[in-house]
Amino acid sequence: MNTPMSLRKFAGIALVAAALLALPFVMALAGTAWVRITNLAILYIFLSLGLNIVVGYAGLLDLGYIAFYGVGAYVYALLASPFFGLHLPFWVILPIGATLAALFGVLLGTPTLKLRGDYLAIVTMGFGEIVRIFLNNLSRPINITNGPQGIDRIDPVSVAGISFGHDSTFLGLDFSGPVKYYYLLLLLLLGVIMVNLRLQDSRIGRAWQAIREDETAARAVGIDTTRVKLLAFAMGACFGGIAGGMFSAIQAFISPESFVLTESVMVLSMVVLGGMGNVWGVIAGAVMLSYVPELLRYTVGPIQTAVFGRTLIAPEVIRMLLFGLALVLTMRFRPAGLWPMGARKREFAMTKLDAE
Amino acid sequence: MNDLLLEARGIVKRFGGVLALKDISLTIRVGEIYGLIGPNGAGKTTFFNVLTGLYVANSGSFTFAGAPLEIKAPHEVARAGIARTFQNIRLFANMTALENVMVGRHLRTRAGVVGAVFRDAGTRAEEAAIERRALELLHYVGISDRANDLARHLSYGDQRRLEIARALATEPKLLALDEPAAGMNATETAALRALIEGLRDDGLTILLIEHDVKFVMGLCDRVAVLDYGEKIAEDVPEQVQRNPKVIEAYLGGALA
Repeated sequence: MNTPMSLRKFAGIALVAAALLALPFVMALAGTAWVRITNLAILYIFLSLGLNIVVGYAGLLDLGYIAFYGVGAYVYALLASPFFGLHLPFWVILPIGATLAALFGVLLGTPTLKLRGDYLAIVTMGFGEIVRIFLNNLSRPINITNGPQGIDRIDPVSVAGISFGHDSTFLGLDFSGPVKYYYLLLLLLLGVIMVNLRLQDSRIGRAWQAIREDETAARAVGIDTTRVKLLAFAMGACFGGIAGGMFSAIQAFISPESFVLTESVMVLSMVVLGGMGNVWGVIAGAVMLSYVPELLRYTVGPIQTAVFGRTLIAPEVIRMLLFGLALVLTMRFRPAGLWPMGARKREFAMTKLDAE
Repeated sequence: MNDLLLEARGIVKRFGGVLALKDISLTIRVGEIYGLIGPNGAGKTTFFNVLTGLYVANSGSFTFAGAPLEIKAPHEVARAGIARTFQNIRLFANMTALENVMVGRHLRTRAGVVGAVFRDAGTRAEEAAIERRALELLHYVGISDRANDLARHLSYGDQRRLEIARALATEPKLLALDEPAAGMNATETAALRALIEGLRDDGLTILLIEHDVKFVMGLCDRVAVLDYGEKIAEDVPEQVQRNPKVIEAYLGGALA
């Protein structure tokens, strides 16, 4: 009973791995743009998984999450660009960015510990805006962030002398910059997923879920909710910081405009649509909401031109329309998300029964 | 007396102009089942909430297990060794019964984020011990067959048992039960009673709030009666039942 199941599972994993490895080359056939889109989609997965810790596991509604992405991005930009003349390697900067983002997480968490639900959402939203406004205005009196002009010419990631900024050939295959980033991101993603899954099934993960379910009861059984909540904010922010650093490296240019409230809402939508608390659901949500706008960009315009002879509704408008519709439908028919956490529970119960 | 487990002295709790607890003093001895009864609104649950750190008393103090009990936060009370259940059952509804009890082990275990991510030998051993202990406790309260069911799918009686198992997981010296028999039928009440007696026989001290006077009288070693925030009696059940003040409180002043 056990062996064929695990064999099938192994085959499944091998298949998925092969598909993921081949993906950028298939994408490249349709244009390098699609590889870039995929890279951004992976960054959104990072963000969603980070936010999933705060919203999905601990049940703390955070509408300012993108601030941590911004912190990570600016740390990378400032430490690896001509702006300050610093050019630290990415494996030094990413941990710094992650740590600083985690500190910001604690900074946000501390004053909001007693708030729940809507109130927490409002304060976190304010926090997100404060960070963005700071980034926008910290060009005077001392120029730290270069204000709305942003920071450009950010160093690409470079490993063992191979720069990710331009093409290189390896084993007769042509690896463009985005393709190299894709593999790097995939590697980081594996780590992020593993951390998420392991946290979920741990003493801390259970404490987060207990707080989400009933904070009073959690306190009564001896959980120091202050500490455990701050830990959730810090861990979530940490993922945001890493994603931000990679974003800086890939884009080579960042400005405060990338870290607006809509982005926070976007990431939250991914988590909610996919299924709060369930790692695979959240990943699916992030993938869907990252690709759909791009698909629309390539389809909505041409279709309208073909039918009406001109573009009546801009793709961006349709995009928000469809997002809204998707969220309304999800909340109406699958309030726990498309792939909610409960599925995991049933699976868990089934495997236990199988084992006996 | 050195067999005192809990001593409350002069506990006062006000909500605005309402005096919910007027100078409550009581003592609970090691190994007894101590009942706290009184009509609705007498202040029983308020006393519980003060003791377990959900409310802050306006004045008064507690001594627990020979040391002053500093009530700063609920989790510290739990750490000191007082575990509680709630009148309107508060479980982690979307977690399994087993996970609910495993959460109860949080206090007595230590794995942090690093342990969770790297799953070193120590963390794995601790996780295994948490799960083993949680299963034992589910077995103890008689619901081990529901271990992998979500807490919200359990029957009312089983939810009560699960809440007790979760409280036991914190290794309490004093188990405080807030109206555990509320809403139970006769069979369930009898089973609950057997469970509580079993806990006492295994050495646990129990503080029981109850509305059901019959249930308390048959089960408790000593009983205190609250009425309008005042303690009007504290004695063995037989004496309390004959106390005219108690009869008046329950049947109304008209008879007096």
